[in-house]
Amino acid sequence: MQSLSANESNMYTRAYKTFIFLPPVFWVAVFLLLPYALMFAHSFWTVRDGVILHQWNVQNYVKLFQSPLYLDVLFRTMRIAGSVTLLSLLLGYPLAYYMSFQAGVRKEILYQLVIVPLWISYLVRGYAWKTILGSDGVLNGFLQYLHLTKEPVSFFLYSPFAVVLMLTHIYTPFVFLPLYASLEHIPRNLVEASHDLGAGTRATFLRVILPLSLPGLLAGATFAFLLTLGDFLAPLLVGGPSSIMIANIVQSLFGTAYDWPLGAAISVCILLLTISLLFLTEWLEKRWAFR
Amino acid sequence: MTPGNPSPSGPGDAVVLLEIRQVAKRFGVVEVLKGVSLQIAAGEFLTLLGESGSGKTTLLRLIAGFEQPTSGEIWMDGERLDTLPPYKRRVNTVFQSYALFPHLSVRDNVSYGLEVSGTPKAEIPGRLADALRMVKMEQFAAQRPPKLSGGQQQRVALARALVNRPKLLLLDEPLSALDANLRKQMQGELKSLQRELGITFLFVTHDQDEAMALSDRIALLKSGALEQVASPREIYAHPATSYTAQFIGQTNLLRTEVKNGTARWGSLQWSASRTDGAAIFSLRPEAIQWSAGDAIPAGAVRFRAAIRQQIFSGDSEQLELAFEGHLLRVRLHTPGLLSGEQEFWFSPLNAVAVRE
Repeated sequence: MQSLSANESNMYTRAYKTFIFLPPVFWVAVFLLLPYALMFAHSFWTVRDGVILHQWNVQNYVKLFQSPLYLDVLFRTMRIAGSVTLLSLLLGYPLAYYMSFQAGVRKEILYQLVIVPLWISYLVRGYAWKTILGSDGVLNGFLQYLHLTKEPVSFFLYSPFAVVLMLTHIYTPFVFLPLYASLEHIPRNLVEASHDLGAGTRATFLRVILPLSLPGLLAGATFAFLLTLGDFLAPLLVGGPSSIMIANIVQSLFGTAYDWPLGAAISVCILLLTISLLFLTEWLEKRWAFR
Repeated sequence: MTPGNPSPSGPGDAVVLLEIRQVAKRFGVVEVLKGVSLQIAAGEFLTLLGESGSGKTTLLRLIAGFEQPTSGEIWMDGERLDTLPPYKRRVNTVFQSYALFPHLSVRDNVSYGLEVSGTPKAEIPGRLADALRMVKMEQFAAQRPPKLSGGQQQRVALARALVNRPKLLLLDEPLSALDANLRKQMQGELKSLQRELGITFLFVTHDQDEAMALSDRIALLKSGALEQVASPREIYAHPATSYTAQFIGQTNLLRTEVKNGTARWGSLQWSASRTDGAAIFSLRPEAIQWSAGDAIPAGAVRFRAAIRQQIFSGDSEQLELAFEGHLLRVRLHTPGLLSGEQEFWFSPLNAVAVRE
């Protein structure tokens, strides 16, 4: 009797589980696994005279690793992503620290001020930077008004500097949010305990607050780095030819250049890079999650 | 500090370690402490006892330095304490929820204070080992606090505070998170540790049994003001106010009229050397005796009362008597079921006059 009812409930849960899991499994299979499989397959094919030939080979990968063009762009992309990550952390951490520990009643309004830019379209923010940094833009106009410069400074716009600036502006909230959440989760009596044991503000920050905020810091840094890694609009809007990033190469290979196999090979490389970074951060997060 | 020589808020002849002078604390419009003055002797175990909201934790936090007094001063060992930041005070705290650093091992938690205060490197391992041995946590040195039980975390918190050799140890309801048995055991360990080390303990609790069991003196707080400061025996035998009498142990409050040296409570009367007018007497449940046909001492106040309820609690019988529309609590140490109307008596010496 007992075993029967156990069986019944098992069968019920199995049917129930299947029912519940079917839509997401379908979704992931059709919209994620299938495209990735296609992309993976393409990366081992070739294109000749505008026709994709289904001949398995690794020449795309050979081309990728032998041509300095692609590797240079990949390294530049990672440099830009690293800069954006570092700058977002340098901006986001003090802000999150101030809001969590010092701001008091101003916390709410500051939080809204950080969130509001996220509601504004990426493109609008991109064009805003164009109007700020351009030759006849706000910044140059201001500098000339102050007679600090005679001619418009041209390197503000269409440079890696502009890309880093714009992406830092866009991704700082993404760094701020997990950081702020992790700082808010630090029990305040730990800070009191540290002071009680003789540690000043600096020692308390270095020994208690910073280590306990590492999971949030890591999550924020991962956001900024990976989102920058896949960005192709910032170089188009404010970057110019000198700051082409890897996603722009992929875009042109899939578009005007019509070399889907090479584009797929680059995509696979970026994907592997992203996955290994995610694994690394997850491993670090587990090490630093002190529960 | 003998019962015959009550000291209102000073420790008697002993050396004063901590002196709280007219300390008040206000949070917005709420007055949490109303000019509290208290002296704590070196080596003393003093308990701040009170209900939640009585201001006991606030007073502790003022001494630790986590809050600033609105007015008043705190002095320790001839040094003004309340103007120093918490990390410059030779005071350490055992927090209610322990507040152990979750990212550090037991060893690093305990040596934290030594490291940040610049204790000579060579000295740290020895003191760390001593502290861990003292709380019997040597074998857990490499563990992280979240993996430990409540009692073990409690010991680590104690070691982490004591390793710094503070002049004063503050304990904020440190046992409240433990279950009853562990609590009793830790009470014993705390008391013997305090005797061994000779460090002054300022202990905060809302549990009057705990306060009675541990303290040299109890400071009872009521809505931000000190109600009474005395040894456990003194405060039990001679409560100053009706609040104290009710908070520490159980009691019967007899609201009497005194006239010409005689207190009248309903049909009962006894001689009381008080000025005429209303007077409240506290009569402990164990001060009321059942006659049982024995000889009643001369001068005793005798009365007959109906037994409304009887609860057996092992070593004693708890009775509720109905007497002239009043309820009287009685604790008898002679076992046996009583019923109906019985004769009881008490000695007027055990009826202690208290303030409102």
